[in-house]
Amino acid sequence: MADKPRIKLPKEAAKGEVIQIKTLVSHVMESGQRKDAQGKTIPRKIINKFACEFNGKPVFSCALEPAISANPYVQFDARVDEAGTFKFSWTDDDGTVITAEEKIALKA
Amino acid sequence: MKAINRRQAFALGGGFVMLTLMPMAADAEVTNDAAKWIEKFTGGKQPVKGKISLDLPEIAENGNTVPLSVNIESPMTADSYVKDVLIIADGNPNAGVATLSFTPLSGKAEASIRIRLATTQNVVAVAKMSDGSLFTEQKTVKVTIGGCGG
Repeated sequence: MADKPRIKLPKEAAKGEVIQIKTLVSHVMESGQRKDAQGKTIPRKIINKFACEFNGKPVFSCALEPAISANPYVQFDARVDEAGTFKFSWTDDDGTVITAEEKIALKA
Repeated sequence: MKAINRRQAFALGGGFVMLTLMPMAADAEVTNDAAKWIEKFTGGKQPVKGKISLDLPEIAENGNTVPLSVNIESPMTADSYVKDVLIIADGNPNAGVATLSFTPLSGKAEASIRIRLATTQNVVAVAKMSDGSLFTEQKTVKVTIGGCGG
């Protein structure tokens, strides 16, 4: 849980270039379907929302359901018009939010 | 005991074929609230087939993590872009998988995630464009080991 999210994106991009961003965060994504040894249902605990914004503007987000695999991996694209910061956030069922930031520069 | 003749042998063979085929036929049935999810997303409008390419393995050995990629044809400009994409699995305990929301800043309406599939079933994608038009695509995935721990 405490592991840092892994994010992969280029360090710099040409103006207007569409880059690919890969993200992976460690999380059990407990579906709420499984039962423990005593036959009791293990309560659901998943990341239910992932969002990415660039310089404060939304780029991509997704609502996740229990049908997402453990350690959710999300890959998407973003168009870079200016240098700036990507902000990523993963929202847990219990309200905790895991955040991360990555900077990108424009190619000279 | 009388030895079975040719005709009986055929009948028996046919029976076995039926038995092995039957569970497969049952797998393709919709077993959850998939239709409700789609209706809620589309608002009752009928989506058109096309524009979406949905990439999934034909056979998934492990249903716990099935790679899914979706790519929608769109210029992705401020006037015309893909807004939301709903992913549905019609044989899981819960139909919903994910709702992806794009913006013109996404550049491309393309995303990959990894999903859980309980059994052999159809995965459906429905895309909503910025002008309100709807598109859909579906793929059948054969699952060897289910991924919902049930």
